[in-house]
Amino acid sequence: MSVIRSAWLIARKDLIVEARSRELAYTTLFFSMACVLVFAFAFVVEGRPLDDAAAGILWVAVAFAGTLALSRGFERERQSETLRALLLAPTERAAVYLGKLIGLVVLMIGVEIVLVPVIGLLFGAPVGRAPLLLAALLVTGTLGFAIVGTVFAAMLVRAHSRDVLLPVLLYPITVPVIIAGVRGTAAIFGPEPNFEAATAWLSILVFFDAVFGILALWTFAPVMSE
Amino acid sequence: MLHWKIDVRVWSRRVVAWGIAMAAVGASALLAAQAPQQPFEKFTAESGESLPAEPLVIGAYAFVWVALVVYVFMLWRRIGRVEQELADVTARLAKRQ
Amino acid sequence: MRVANRLVPVLLVIAALMYARAPFMVDAAPIESTMGLVQKIFYFHVPSAMMTFLAAFVCGIGSAVYLWRRSKTADAVAVAGAELAVVFGLIVMVTGPLWARKAWGVWWPWGDVRLTMTLVMWMVFVAYLLLRRFGGPGSEILASAVGVFGTALVPFVYVSVNYWRTIHPSTDVVSTLPPEMAWPFRWAIVAFLALFTALLTARIRLETNRVALEEAYVALED
Repeated sequence: MSVIRSAWLIARKDLIVEARSRELAYTTLFFSMACVLVFAFAFVVEGRPLDDAAAGILWVAVAFAGTLALSRGFERERQSETLRALLLAPTERAAVYLGKLIGLVVLMIGVEIVLVPVIGLLFGAPVGRAPLLLAALLVTGTLGFAIVGTVFAAMLVRAHSRDVLLPVLLYPITVPVIIAGVRGTAAIFGPEPNFEAATAWLSILVFFDAVFGILALWTFAPVMSE
Repeated sequence: MLHWKIDVRVWSRRVVAWGIAMAAVGASALLAAQAPQQPFEKFTAESGESLPAEPLVIGAYAFVWVALVVYVFMLWRRIGRVEQELADVTARLAKRQ
Repeated sequence: MRVANRLVPVLLVIAALMYARAPFMVDAAPIESTMGLVQKIFYFHVPSAMMTFLAAFVCGIGSAVYLWRRSKTADAVAVAGAELAVVFGLIVMVTGPLWARKAWGVWWPWGDVRLTMTLVMWMVFVAYLLLRRFGGPGSEILASAVGVFGTALVPFVYVSVNYWRTIHPSTDVVSTLPPEMAWPFRWAIVAFLALFTALLTARIRLETNRVALEEAYVALED
């Protein structure tokens, strides 16, 4: 069975579980809304949000929600011991990785579809100004975050203090993605939109995705074996 | 000689993967090249004209010295301790033999 | 191992001597026109930064080899590299702000991407060390994955200063140094390299001994 097909089956399994229980969807969405609200109180001074607050808050909410989805998603696998079953399946490790990655990315993009209009509403951010560019930034940034996150969450499944260690390990390595995402989004949202800058940041995100994607595919198999 | 045989499926997958990776890198390079060189926000700052420079330079030099000396010292202690314990345990193991 | 025994103290003495001579060389070097005396921190700051990148590379290569070959020596090299990256990184991030306070008026301009990326890279290697300390059994494999990803960030950090020219000087400065500045600079690099090699060798030895000690304890219990 080809890698793509196995990956799709695994992703489909996750998405079906999610569609039936909607546990991650609801909790992640609610958590990201709560984040945004807290930031709204913190960063709105005299009724006006600080400059570039909307871009920063959007990406922080994405990062936090992503971490939540990652740790809960893999916790599920650990509890039912399905991760071992997946690794024992007659398919390449890369397929397991890609399957979990696709599932996570779909979930995070679903959350972002709700998050972006809310940010537009709460902070008066011009989310409709360059929808394709914004979408591209969000997709590549989410992909970059998920690429690194899936490797680390999978390898931490059997470690001590995994809940604490996941953010400790994940955030420093994904800061470049968040920086690029924030700066690109801020370039779109700013009073004088700078679309060249946003495109330049987008190219950095694509580059990051390519490099870390390859790295993740290389390291997933050796890291998951005992 | 078996390990010289190339598994076509594995290698074709690898070629495709590398192709996609190269395409992504190339695409991002193209995108970056199209964007003007200095599109990003400029950052300017005032200089601390009034500050005396000597304490800063001396402070930097001193910090480097101190940090490295402390680290060397810590390493020295740890090495000594581990080698001492290792000698002890090896002696005990030998005695048991 | 006997060579290493002799090598470490010799290198340390060399490094110490060179470092003691350094202030005189640095003093003799010309005062830079735009930044004045405080620019002389450059002679410690830049070699330390180079050592940080080198240590990160060593950690990355050691981690990669450990990940694919499970070689204990590679693991020891990776740990040593990570520790040195943290130590030299700390030096970079203390000497830098000392320079910046005078030259730019602020201790740490958050708008500059190069500084943020260096701090982030440093944090990755701190996380590596934390993971090894608190991760429990089997954390060597996890840590080596962190090491590999962290080292992949190094090219981004290096390139960032050329791509995103904000306030930190770019890398062309080094290649266009006038000779009166180039000589003390090269002296400083050699001194730091000698020190780096000595520290790396010593730390690798510590790690291999520590592992041997653990195995000896296990053998004792049998």
